[in-house]
Amino acid sequence: MNIGNLPFIVAALLVVLGLYTFLFKRNLIKLVIGITLIETGVNLFLVTLGYRTGGISPIYTFAPEAQQMVLPTPQALTLTSIVIGLATTALLLSFAVFVHRHYGTLDVRKVKELKG
Amino acid sequence: MNNNSMSVIVRTVTRFMYGLIILFGFYVIMHGHLTPGGGFQGGAVVASAFALLLVAFGSAGLKGQLNLHWLQSIEEFGALAFLGLAFLGIGTAFFYNLFANSGGFLFGASVPTGSNAGVLTAGGLVPLMNWAVGLKVMTGIAAVVIVMLVGSHKEETE
Amino acid sequence: MTALTLHAPILLVALPLLGAFATPLVGKLGKGARNTLIGLIVLAVAGLAAMLAIDVFGSGGIPTVYELGGGTFTFPLSGGQVPVRILFEVDGMSAFMGLITALIALTGAFFSFSYWKERSGGNLYFSLFLMLIAGVFGMVLTGDMFNFFVFLEITSIAAASMVGFRVWLKQSQEAGFKVMAMYTLSGLFVLLAIGLLYGQYGHLNIAVLARSIQGSLTDMVALGLLLTGLAMKAGAVPMHMWAPDAYGEAPAPMSAVLVVNSQASLYGLFRILFTLFGASISTGTVGWILIVLALLTIFVGVTMALIQSDLKRLVAFGAVSQIGYMLLGVGVGMAVIATRPEYGLVAMQGGIFHMINDAACVGLLFFASGVVIRAAGTRDLNQMGGLGHRMKWTSIFFAIGAVALAGVPPFNGFASKFLIYEAAFKLNPFLAVLAVLSSIMLLAVFVKAFQAAFLGPRSNTSAHVSDPSLGMMLPMAALVLVVIVFGLFPGFFVDHIVTPAAKALWLGRDAYINAVLGG
Repeated sequence: MNIGNLPFIVAALLVVLGLYTFLFKRNLIKLVIGITLIETGVNLFLVTLGYRTGGISPIYTFAPEAQQMVLPTPQALTLTSIVIGLATTALLLSFAVFVHRHYGTLDVRKVKELKG
Repeated sequence: MNNNSMSVIVRTVTRFMYGLIILFGFYVIMHGHLTPGGGFQGGAVVASAFALLLVAFGSAGLKGQLNLHWLQSIEEFGALAFLGLAFLGIGTAFFYNLFANSGGFLFGASVPTGSNAGVLTAGGLVPLMNWAVGLKVMTGIAAVVIVMLVGSHKEETE
Repeated sequence: MTALTLHAPILLVALPLLGAFATPLVGKLGKGARNTLIGLIVLAVAGLAAMLAIDVFGSGGIPTVYELGGGTFTFPLSGGQVPVRILFEVDGMSAFMGLITALIALTGAFFSFSYWKERSGGNLYFSLFLMLIAGVFGMVLTGDMFNFFVFLEITSIAAASMVGFRVWLKQSQEAGFKVMAMYTLSGLFVLLAIGLLYGQYGHLNIAVLARSIQGSLTDMVALGLLLTGLAMKAGAVPMHMWAPDAYGEAPAPMSAVLVVNSQASLYGLFRILFTLFGASISTGTVGWILIVLALLTIFVGVTMALIQSDLKRLVAFGAVSQIGYMLLGVGVGMAVIATRPEYGLVAMQGGIFHMINDAACVGLLFFASGVVIRAAGTRDLNQMGGLGHRMKWTSIFFAIGAVALAGVPPFNGFASKFLIYEAAFKLNPFLAVLAVLSSIMLLAVFVKAFQAAFLGPRSNTSAHVSDPSLGMMLPMAALVLVVIVFGLFPGFFVDHIVTPAAKALWLGRDAYINAVLGG
C-alpha cells in the first residue's frame, strides 16, 4: 500500500467517525462535535489533494529556483471552509445554549416539542 | 458577571502577554501577501488574545473595558470597507485590483520577479482588504465570545 | 444602461450584501431611513433582475459570462486557455431563478416593513433578509463550483438564523438547531463532492468540468454525494424533517424566502445533473431516482399536512409537497433526455413553471397565515374561527392562494401542474395518477384550514379584528395578481419566460460550455 494514501484514509476515518457521532449520540454538544469532526475530515481531504511529491510550499521568501510546488488552490479552499466552519459552529453552539435555557436539558430525546 | 478569575500567576502572565499576542496578530495580517497568513488568520490570533483576557480575568474583571457596541461598529466598518474596496474598480470589473503595479502611494509598488525578500508595499488592494477582513474577524469573534460568556453566565445567577 | 446590464450579475449579489452590512449603521438613524434604504435596494435588485432576464432571454440561448476581477480575458476563450478567476455564467435557467428571487424579495421586504412595525430587532431582521437574498442570487448566478458552495453556506447560516430569530420561543430554538445541523451536513457533503471532482480534474469551473468529465467511479461517488446534499437542502423526503420546523417557526415573510432558498438548491441540483454531468451518466437511472424521490415527497407532504392542527405547519407541509412536483417534472425530463421525445421538454417546462407558481402561491399563503395568526392570537386551528366576517380581503387572498396551489383552473397552479400530469402520464400512467390524487388531497387540506380559520360563527377572539393595514395588503395583492395573470395567460409566460429556461437545461449544455471555452 502506498504511504501517500495514508492522509486520505485518515480523512475518510474522520468523516465516518463524525457521522457516527452525529447519528448515535444524544447530547446536543456531542452532535456539534460530530459535525466538527466531519468538517475536519473534509478539510484534511482538501489539503491532501494538492500535495505533489517533493513539492515545496507555495509562499516562500527566497524560494529556490525551478522547484515543484504543492498546489495552492486547495489550501485556499480549505481556508474558506475553516472560516465557514467557525461561523457554523458558533451558530450551532448559540442554539444549544438557548435550547438549554428553555428546556433545561441537552438530551436530544427530551427536546421534542415539535412533533408530527 | 462572575468572579471566576484564575490564579495570580495566570493573571500576571496574561497582563504581560496579551499585548504581544495582539502585536503578532497584526504582523500576520500585515504580511498576508508575503508570508502565510492574511486577514482571517491574523484576526483569529487577535481574537484569541481577547479570549485569553476573558478566561484569565473573568467577565467581571473586564466589565468596563470591552464595549460591545464599539466592537460591533468596528465590525461593520470592516465589512463596509471590504465591499467598498471591491467596488472601487467597477469600471473594469468587480474586485478589480486597481492599485497593483500603479506606482501610487497606496501599496502600488511594482511586484518584482524572481527570488526575492518580498516587497511590503506591493500588492495593490490585497493588503487593504486583508486589513478590512482582519478588523472584521477580530471584532466579530471577540463579540461572539463575549456574548456567549455573558449569556451563559446570566442564567447561572438567575 | 449597457454598463448596468454588463455588471448586473455581480450587482445582484453585491448590492444586497452592501445593504446587509449597512443596515445596522443606517438603522441607528431611525426606522424610516432603514426602510428607505432597504426599499431602494430591493427595487434596484428587481430592476436589475428584469434587465438581466430580458438580455439573456433575448440573446437566443447564449449565456452571459462575467469574470470577477478580470479585464485581461475575453470570453469565449480561444486556444487552449482555461479560466483562472471566478466566473458568473448566466443562462436562461439562472435568469429565471433570478426573476423568482426578485419577486419574493420585493414582496417579502414590503410586507416586512408593515409586519415588523410593533417589535424591536428590526435591524438584525432586515440584515439577515438581505444576506439571504444575496446568497440566493449568488447560488443561481455563479458558474464556479466552489463559489456555489460558499453561497450555499451563506444562505444556510442566514436561513437558520432567521428560523431561530424569536429567541423567547422554545420551539424556534429547537427548530433552529435542527435546521442548522441539517444544512451544515448537506453543505459538507457538497464540499466533499467538490473536492473529489477537483482532485480528479483539477478545475472548479462548471463549464471546464463539463467538458472534461468522464463517467468514472469517482464521478459517480461525487454525483451521489451532490444528489444527497442538495436534495437534503431542498427538503425532499426522506430528508425533509427540518422543513416543516423551519417554515413553521420562521417569521411569516421569511418563510417565503426560505422556500426560494430550497428552490435555489433544486436549481443547483438541476445545473449539476444537466450541465455538469450531462450525457456522461446514465440519465435514465438518475431520472428515475429523481422521480421516486418526487413521488415520496408529494405523497408524504400531503398526508402529513392532513393531520396538522397548526396553521403554519400545515402550509409548510404543503410547500414541501410542491417541491416534489418540481422534482417530478424535471425528473421525467431527465429520464427521457437520451432519446429526446417531445414530452420531455413539456415535462421540464411544467416543472420549471411550477417553481415560479409555487413561489407566488406559497408566499401568498405564508403572508396570509402570518396575518391570520397575528389577528387570532393563536396558531392552533381548533381555537380560531369566524375570522372571515371581518377580514374579507385576507380570506379571499388565502382562498385564491390555496386553490391555486392545489391546481384548480383558472389559476397558475393548474397551468404548470397540467403540463406535469400530461408529460408524466406519457412516461408512466401511475405517476400522473398519484400526482393528481395528491393535488386533490391538498385541496381537501386547504378547505379544512380555510373553514377552521375563516368560516364559522364569530368567536370572542374575532370580535375586534380587521383587515391588516395597506402595507401588508399591497404585497399580497401583487402576488394575487401574479397568480391570476399567470393563470389566465399561461401560454404567453411559458413561451417567453419558461421555455428559454427549460431549453437551457434540455439542449443548452454545449452552449454553456462554448460560452466559456469556445468552439
